[in-house]
Parts: sequence; C-alpha cells; structure tokens
Amino acid sequence: MAKVLMKGNEAIALAAIKGGVDAFFGYPITPQNEIPEYLSKHLLANGKVFVQAESEVSAINMVYGAAGAGKRVMTSSSSPGIALKQEGISYIAGSELPCLIVSVMRGGPGLGGIQPSQADYYQATRGGGNGDYHVIVFAPETIQETIDIIKESFDIADYYRNPVMVLVDGLIGQMMESVDFDKPIRKRFIPEKDYATNGTRNHPGRRNIINSLHLDPVELEQHNLHLQKKYQTIRNNETRFEMINMEDAEYVIVAYGTMSRIARSAIEMLEEQGIKVGILRPISLWPFPKAAFDQIPATAKKILVSEMSMGQMLDDVLISDRGRREVAFYGRTGGMVPDPEELVDAILHFDERVVK
Amino acid sequence: METKYQKSKGLTDKNLTYCPGCTHGIVHKLVAESLEELNLIDRAVGLSSVGCSVFSYEFFNCDMQQAPHGRACAEATGIKRVLPDNIVFTYQGDGDLASIGIAETIHAANRGENITVIFINNAIYGMTGGQMAPTTLPGQKTTTSQSGRDVHLQGYPIKVSEIFAQIQGVAYLERVTVTSPKQLIKAKKAIKKAFQYQQEKRGFTMVEVLSTCPVNWGMTPVDAMKWVDSNMVPVFPLGVFKDTGEQNV
Repeated sequence: MAKVLMKGNEAIALAAIKGGVDAFFGYPITPQNEIPEYLSKHLLANGKVFVQAESEVSAINMVYGAAGAGKRVMTSSSSPGIALKQEGISYIAGSELPCLIVSVMRGGPGLGGIQPSQADYYQATRGGGNGDYHVIVFAPETIQETIDIIKESFDIADYYRNPVMVLVDGLIGQMMESVDFDKPIRKRFIPEKDYATNGTRNHPGRRNIINSLHLDPVELEQHNLHLQKKYQTIRNNETRFEMINMEDAEYVIVAYGTMSRIARSAIEMLEEQGIKVGILRPISLWPFPKAAFDQIPATAKKILVSEMSMGQMLDDVLISDRGRREVAFYGRTGGMVPDPEELVDAILHFDERVVK
Repeated sequence: METKYQKSKGLTDKNLTYCPGCTHGIVHKLVAESLEELNLIDRAVGLSSVGCSVFSYEFFNCDMQQAPHGRACAEATGIKRVLPDNIVFTYQGDGDLASIGIAETIHAANRGENITVIFINNAIYGMTGGQMAPTTLPGQKTTTSQSGRDVHLQGYPIKVSEIFAQIQGVAYLERVTVTSPKQLIKAKKAIKKAFQYQQEKRGFTMVEVLSTCPVNWGMTPVDAMKWVDSNMVPVFPLGVFKDTGEQNV
C-alpha cells in the first residue's frame, strides 16, 4: 500500500484492522467518533464484530468478555468516557486479559470541552480503577507513529496479557497526514490463549475461569506479587523514548504527543538565537522512561516540562530526575494548543517558571 | 444396583457455600441439569455476578467469567458476539440485575442478544447482609429500611419481567418459583426452554426465579418458602410473560 492522506481517527481504525482486531465495542463521544464510524462499516463488512454499547461502562465490559473469550478486542473513547471505563480496566488488568484502549483526549475536568488536551495523563498512567495495576500507555506524536504503535499494541497486549492504551489528543485524532500502513512491526512470540473461555470442548479436562476475585488475602497478595513481577518485565522491555538534538544542549524540553511536535519547532527557533535545546520525548508514559534522565548530557542543567495540562507528567519528571537539574514548567490547558513562540519564551524566561 | 438419581454433570464437586435453606442450590441444580440434558455443558460459558452467587464459577462445571457488579449482560454480549456458537448464560441476583445492572440487562435484551439470563429475585441484598433491594416489597424490613420499605421514600419493587415483556428483542421470559415440587418442575421446564431458544438463536431469554433468603429475612427455610408464596407471588405474579413460540423460526 502506497502512502495515503488520512485523518488520525480513521487511521487508528484502519491500523486496528491491520493489527487483526476481531471486535470493537464503544460508545459515541467527540473527538473520537470517526474511529467507531469507520470500524462499524469495515468490521461488519468483513464478518467481524462491532457493537455500539449503551454506555462506556457497558462497552469496556463487552471488551472484558470478548477478551476473556480469547479474541483481539478494542474500545476507544475520550476523557469523560475513559473515566467511565476505569472499573472495567481494573478488572481486565486484574484478570490479566489483553485489549487495546484508544484514548483521544479533550479538555476537562467534568464535561470540559472538545478541543485537544493532555490533561488525562494521570487518568492514563495512574488510572481510576481500584488496586495495584498498570496499563501500558503509549503516546505517539504523529499519525504514522500512532498507526505503527496501534498495530503492535495487540501483540504487546497478547504477550503480556495486559491492557494497552494508546493515548493521543483531539489534534492527532482530527488532523490529516500522509501515512503508510505497511511498515513492518517487530515480530513477537504470541503465547497460545489457553485461558480463553470458549467451552470445555476446546480444552477437555480443564475449566477456564476468568476472575479477579481472591478472598484469601494470602492468595490475593501472591496474585499481586505476580502482577508486579510482570510489570517489572514490562518496564525492562517496553520503555520507549526519543532523544532529539541532545548533543551540547543547555536546556532539555520534556514533552510528548502534540506538545513534542510544538517543541520541535521551538528548538529550531531557539537554535537561531544561539540557544541549544534538546528534547526528551517519552513515547511510553507507563512505563515512564526514567532511565532516559541518566542519558541527558552534563551540559544540560535545566529541564522545561511542557504539557497541554497544568502539569501532570511533571510529577514523573521530578521523580525521574531526582533533583539533578532545575525543572521549570509551561503548560496550556482547556483545549488551548500553545504556539512554538510560547515555548521559546518559556525557555528565555526559564527562571520565572522553575518549579519550587 | 441401578442409579436412579445423581448429581448433574453440570455441577462440580465443590460444596455449595450458600446459607442453609437458600434456594440458590436448587436453581443451580436446575441450570446444571438443563445444560446436561441438552448436551451443552462443554459449549457453555457462564457469567457469575457480584452478590451471593459470585462463587457460582466454582459450582457450574463449565467455563466461567466473573463479571463486575451489574455488568454480566455486557460481558455476556462480548463473549456471545465473538463466540456465537457457544451457549452463554448469566446468573444474577436482583441487586445486580435490577439495580446497578438494569441498563446493561435491558439493552442486552433490546439488542436481542442470544444469551440466557437466570435472574434470582429474593427481594433483598443477601451477600452484603440484608439491605433493601430494588425488589424489596412495600413494608418489608431490611437493614436499610428498618421500619419497612416506605414506597414514598424508597419507591416500589421493580417488576423486571413486566418491564422486559415489552422489549422486542426478548424471545422467552417466564417468572417461576421453586417453593414446591410442582413449581420446581415448571421452573426446570422454563430454564430448559430458555437454553433451547438460545440454541435456536431466537434472541434474549430470561427466567426470573422468586427465591428465598431465610438468613436475611430472619425466617426458617420452611417459613421462607411460605413467604414467597404468600407475600412475593401477589406482587410478582408467576407465568410466561413472553414466548415467541414458533413465530420467529
């Protein structure tokens, strides 16, 4: 397939098909509606499953059921809708089932707005479901990168038996870019889904039970220790980040998704003013690329964290940098997308923005 | 010696954890026997729900998933849509189905999801210790309606079968009890018919079973059975609420 011009949300949908999605369950919410619209047409036409659920709560539980039945399953939503899915996400993570959740962020809190935002970093990386669980979260910055990650996400979810969330904002969902759907993805060993509840005739002599209930605290602690061991493997294997223009940098901007695109323009403008600025771009938000902060050159003593929120990833930067450098913050929120000039200004007035 | 009667192959060897005199055990048996007689055990996927029957995944001798509170019909939808040739059933209490899960249940019915719902209505929250349920009778004392359910403050018992009878996606719907051998035979017939209809892909099937909770009702098992007949049946009349019969075939 040659390069095509495609809208972000539709590209997400087509990438999911290329990734082998068997079933989609969702509920309408702006700014992600093109995902279910595209899939409703193309999944049903190909004998796959599409259900528009009565709510996000129901949609994520349909995902839970179909994932337990051993299929490749996804849902997509936006901020208040992802909030409603948290219960189901906790059960899916607790029962160790794979699925893909696409989150196209809009402004909040509450009903908020429908313009692009990154104010759901906490929601994605900390979650609102109960218990000690993690969702693997990737935050691509282009539609091409989104496609590549979506295709790979099903394999990653299957490999670890864990939900994967692809986190973009409404800007990436709504804009168009030239993309290629045939870029190869990393080949992974995919274990057989011997847990699937598809009837004992498919696995005689063994009942399969999908469950997150362990009333015995000894057993529940053991289950959690097992999960933690898996999460450590994920930290070791799946942490992703990009270092940009880092050689001799005086400053480092830490930004992901749409913000890192803006930062790319800003550092060119700063270069013209003779100020060398690098970018640390986390691609996986959980696991957060802590070790990347060990690779920042000694020349860089100052870090500017920039987000389309009031400072959420900032916490992970402070945890990861461990006081080694001065950290400042610049953010816009509520659907406001900053200009590169604002980041240039934030670097020029760094001292005023230092996080105390 | 000839074996006249034995435990259904649809049940595991686990001891039931239900309270003495509770009718869950009887209904489990009827579900298990129905699956066995229809030769469906190895194709069945059951959904246990939150409440007393949460451990039903230990008792039904088939693949099982445990659903979040109220979400069993959504989870069942997910399973059935990707595995249309399997037999999918939920086993839910009144708090789970008629309160927190009414949306999931009604929409699954409306989509005509080809699943079977076994709905246990005992007019109380059993697992959490006897709180008021959506199906609690007017004047019935519970731990959260200690002077008796006041319909002006707490509303009326919700009549699930009457509501679901209006829904086009429903293929079969009957309300039964298990308070006498005669009623038990009727209940078994209803459950078996519901699974048969699912096999024939006719749509949503549900059997509401008026059940007992002697412990939280503060009654002996025998008095509890009598209370179902004398107090519950007048509010929740028995009978077939919908049967599409031959018309959808």
